[in-house]
Amino acid sequence: MIRVNGRQVEHIDGETVTGLLTRMSYVFPLVIVRIDGAVIPFEMFSDAKVPDGANVEVLHLTSGG
Amino acid sequence: MDQRPALEKASVGIAGAGGLGSHVAIALARSGIGRLVVVDFDVVEARNLERQCYNLRQVGMPKVEALAENVAAIAPRVRFVGIDEVLEPGRMTAHFRDVDVIVEALDEARSKVRLIEEVMIELPDTPIVAASGVGGWGGSERISTHRVGNLYLVEDQEGRSCAEVPLTAPRVGLFAHWQANLVLEILLGGECK
Repeated sequence: MIRVNGRQVEHIDGETVTGLLTRMSYVFPLVIVRIDGAVIPFEMFSDAKVPDGANVEVLHLTSGG
Repeated sequence: MDQRPALEKASVGIAGAGGLGSHVAIALARSGIGRLVVVDFDVVEARNLERQCYNLRQVGMPKVEALAENVAAIAPRVRFVGIDEVLEPGRMTAHFRDVDVIVEALDEARSKVRLIEEVMIELPDTPIVAASGVGGWGGSERISTHRVGNLYLVEDQEGRSCAEVPLTAPRVGLFAHWQANLVLEILLGGECK
């Protein structure tokens, strides 16, 4: 199991950050992702794997300022 | 309790001098902050005046120059460093290495994400105060602070992007002052008791 924004979610072996965001229906393209406290840069989303037991935090940002 | 000596010693970086950044700078200047480092590449346009802290006479001026003028007219003791530059991905933290707190006051979500990512990775001990979901009007009670590591995100999770809804002075001002209030809280080690 992994935790995504506090929710318990099934772990899928080999799943990438992109895969997880799609599975969670987080369709917003502009997000900050941390896994166990470490920020995963946007360019790494399609390579970075989500390990079992991970605590994943996803923060969504919208334009305006 | 006198907060002014601590604030006089403090240095705050502000990325962007638009609706958020111009109001954050003025609020911090009024609070007696020692030094502000503001980075923005844009010039003041007449349409900015609906929510940004400039005036008609300043239309056409670089924003960092106009903001320097406005800060100096209120609080001449503030050391204002204005940098008229685009923040380039890959080196977004370059001008903020010696500040105590960074304020994300950019417009476009992609730049917001890049700046936050780079600060969280390269300057993990420097707090960054960001804003998201600023567009529209009303809904003040949904604004809250979400803290993750060194990121303090002022957000309305139901807030809409400026691509969908207009940006208005009251709501942008609320977010900006919320950000400035957090900066004081961080610099002064907590809220005023």
